[in-house]
Amino acid sequence: MSVRPSVPVPSSRKRLRAALHGSAIGLVAALALSACDPAGDTASQTPASATDLASIRAGEPQEGGAPATLRLVTTDQYVHTLSYVFGPSLDLSVSFPPLQREKGLLANSAATAGVTASQLEQFQRAAAGVAAQVVDPSRRHFIFPCEPKAEDAADAECASAFISKVGRLLYRRPLTEGELQAWIAAAGESADKLKDFYSGIAVALEGMLISPDVLFIAETAEPDPEHPGQERLDSYSLASRLSYFLWNASPDDELLQAAEGGKLQTLEGLAAEVDRMLASPRLEDGMRAFFDDMFAFAEFDSLAKDPEIYPFFTGVTLADAREQTLRTVIDHLITRNQDYRDLYTTRETFISPTLAALYKLPAKPGWTPYEFPEDSQRLGLLTQISFLAGHSHPGRSSPTARGKALREILLCQPVPAPPPNVDFSAVENPDASYPTQRDRVAVHLKNPSCAGCHKITDPMGLALENFDGAGRFRTSENGTLIDTSGSLDGIKFDSPAGLAVALHDNPALPSCLVQRLYSYGLGAPASGDDFELLDYFDARFQAIGYKLPGILRTIVLSEAFSRVEEPKAPQQTAQAD
Amino acid sequence: MNGLNRRRVLRGMLNGTAVTVGLPLLNCFLDGNGTALASGRPMPVRFGTWFWGLGMAQSVFVPKKTGADYDLPEEIAALAPIQQHINLLTNSVAHRDTYQNLCHYTGWVINRTGAAPKDGGNIPNETIDVTIANQIGRTTRFKSLTATATGDAKVTNSYENSNTPNPPEWSPMHFYTRLFGPDFPDPNAKNFVKDPQVMVRHSVLSGVMDETKGLMQKVGYEDRQRLDQYFTGLRHLEQQFEQRLKKPEPIAACQPPGSIPGDPAMGKDEELVAERHRLMTDLMVMAIACDQTRVFNVGYSEARSATIRRGYEKPHHTTTHEEPVDQKLGYQPTASWFTRRAMESWVYFVEAFTKIPEGDGTLLDNVFIYATTDHGYARVHSLDGMPMFTAGRAGGRVKTGLHIDMKGSPGTRLGYTALRLMGVDTPSWGTNSNNTSSEVGEILV
Repeated sequence: MSVRPSVPVPSSRKRLRAALHGSAIGLVAALALSACDPAGDTASQTPASATDLASIRAGEPQEGGAPATLRLVTTDQYVHTLSYVFGPSLDLSVSFPPLQREKGLLANSAATAGVTASQLEQFQRAAAGVAAQVVDPSRRHFIFPCEPKAEDAADAECASAFISKVGRLLYRRPLTEGELQAWIAAAGESADKLKDFYSGIAVALEGMLISPDVLFIAETAEPDPEHPGQERLDSYSLASRLSYFLWNASPDDELLQAAEGGKLQTLEGLAAEVDRMLASPRLEDGMRAFFDDMFAFAEFDSLAKDPEIYPFFTGVTLADAREQTLRTVIDHLITRNQDYRDLYTTRETFISPTLAALYKLPAKPGWTPYEFPEDSQRLGLLTQISFLAGHSHPGRSSPTARGKALREILLCQPVPAPPPNVDFSAVENPDASYPTQRDRVAVHLKNPSCAGCHKITDPMGLALENFDGAGRFRTSENGTLIDTSGSLDGIKFDSPAGLAVALHDNPALPSCLVQRLYSYGLGAPASGDDFELLDYFDARFQAIGYKLPGILRTIVLSEAFSRVEEPKAPQQTAQAD
Repeated sequence: MNGLNRRRVLRGMLNGTAVTVGLPLLNCFLDGNGTALASGRPMPVRFGTWFWGLGMAQSVFVPKKTGADYDLPEEIAALAPIQQHINLLTNSVAHRDTYQNLCHYTGWVINRTGAAPKDGGNIPNETIDVTIANQIGRTTRFKSLTATATGDAKVTNSYENSNTPNPPEWSPMHFYTRLFGPDFPDPNAKNFVKDPQVMVRHSVLSGVMDETKGLMQKVGYEDRQRLDQYFTGLRHLEQQFEQRLKKPEPIAACQPPGSIPGDPAMGKDEELVAERHRLMTDLMVMAIACDQTRVFNVGYSEARSATIRRGYEKPHHTTTHEEPVDQKLGYQPTASWFTRRAMESWVYFVEAFTKIPEGDGTLLDNVFIYATTDHGYARVHSLDGMPMFTAGRAGGRVKTGLHIDMKGSPGTRLGYTALRLMGVDTPSWGTNSNNTSSEVGEILV
């Protein structure tokens, strides 16, 4: 088994080289696609042409795929799904315990996360809250497909209509006859006991909402007729995988219909559904969830700044900083379908009144578009508050934390943890005068046991020293002019803008996105065996000008996306990140 | 109280009369010694854990004297009011065996699971509170309760396995609602009515269990384990519903507040953490007094603590590494400041148990609390010289007021002692070098 390098060697560059020189077929196909693929320019809205489909899987290496998984739904997935099924007016202030980060994504641990008794109790309370709202007199008429013959007694017919309609959306497949009858019976018995049809339904609905079939996404494999001896996801599982990936919610009625009719197992049918999903406004939900995960924004839930050093920096600032980045990402990648790499050099963003103060801009009400001037050092995501303040100490900047985040989050290159027995106190030696962070972290680079790793992180972090621990622009620290020179993988620069350009041009940047998307979509970390497949996706991504909808389309239409593999033995990696 | 005797009270209850238990303590519910319930059942002994991050500074933390009446060096000077209620164990070791020292992880994991983790995501065994909850936590409304004062929903030291943490309560408001909100089965309620909604809920659960079993047949071995765990959770939910259909025994000391002030502001400022810790402690102690759980975990700060000292630019963890040792004092002053705040919160925690009367003593007499950290000397990530505490007398089976030098023996000895005290019948605890069958005999009566 080949193991993907997990230390920061330029693996992506190697992969890119391989793609450019080696797999000529893939590249030609990719270039051909870029000429005719509507997703290359705008989010695809037109039906896929026959040429497009003929070339879509050409050159795809016969590898990749993931085991059929049993994934725990997240809070957002639960909320998005229930809003779709019962309408957006439901109060869904539920909050399930967070997942644990694994190989760069929270989503990767959904397939291994267990549920404790205490968690189940929380699910039950959430379910009871939802069920009560669904049957509430103010809502029931919009939600129920029928009215009971009498409100104070069971009505199997109406219960059946409601349960089969709602059950199909919650279970992401039609209920089996056995399941349907069991829930009708439960609703009926409860209605009789409580002398109320709707209360009976509420109790059954509560039960359905804590069923493992609802709280877990259980994927099922079936033999792949096109590749004897191999397995693929069955239609409903494929529908769920698509929907959770692209929309962060369970499949809608139309997607389930496509699954029911077998359409999803034909390339034409699949492409039609995928194009519909990519064109839907719900793509924004899906991609917000993805980037929130990739950028580790869940950490913001527990992040805090020192109230004495940065008294203006509150929880609202953090929430707005997160939102600013997500808005920039969605606007750039989806609304305007621009090059992913340009996210790191764009001067266009959105500003809220809270953020305006930190950016030293006039405050306008609400979120407003803003473009930083050409001579500003603010360009790209690295110079947004979310990155700068999110990867700093509570009371000062941290070149090391910023460099580490850049490596791990944006380039998929894990940085080893510091050795346990190092004395760091020289960093703060009171006898020496260290006016700037550059002086302080220089200590790392003098100590051989520190230097190895700090060389990986500090030179790029130091280029961001024009921004303090709250993300405010500055030119000096303790009266000393800040030197923002640095380097990234051999490219030298002397300003934040220079770093932004170097990152933009770093081949690991787009290939890291591809790796994370693939892993997120399949719900499992990419394996060492997926090497060539990822190279292939990288080449396609390059060929279509690094457009997000286009690479999403390539990934979900690939054979690998629905290929089911036997579970692999856990991988050995240098470090869990 | 004069006109009230056990028979009259019980008769009142049996006849369905509203019994207002406007107690100070109804000693008539107890046996003559005040150590057991009148029914003959002994007072339940509960188990809890407490956690603080980043160890201590030996020169100002470890007392010179061992045994009783030990001295309180400056870092633990705050412990004076609880000294007679606790034991301090110093100089124990957590063995990492063949695995690397995973900073701020290996140490706490060993003392909570008995085994060294192989990587940063590994929890080698269920944590000790889970083992004990399986022994003593099955009859209460909550099998166990876990809370953190950090405000961070990810901070827990309680795990069923690597992928299944027991999520902590991090918002006092949320915790209050979960404990004492509309679903609270008040043992002292004037009237008890079986809630028909609960009755039907209970019956619907069997349908969910059937679906769980069905799904279990379709998945592989590891997912089957996860669903089996889910099934256990459903069982517990079923038990909770069953309990809510039975009138609970009145409990004098159970007097939850009618409401609590809102949550403290979010943030890791030490003052906010301490305030959150006080609120969480009060709620937890009342939950125990009301017999809602018999196993509890409270974390003041986390391993690699991110607590902030106002005006100081680095959090606690970074401070332990980067602050120079003050040559005159012989320790890192700000790092020690953080440890002192942790000790003050430990005092608050232990004292909270002494404020609840139970039997002829207090709640603290019937608990055993096991308090651990992640390192000895955090500055160099040491796994030796590790400090631990116990608090409470475990129903009279534990002596307190002692400082014990563990002399470099495994810290797991204290975990093993706790397991035995809680009736877990195991010949030893721990893996490889952390395996032990040697109790900390000094603290046993």
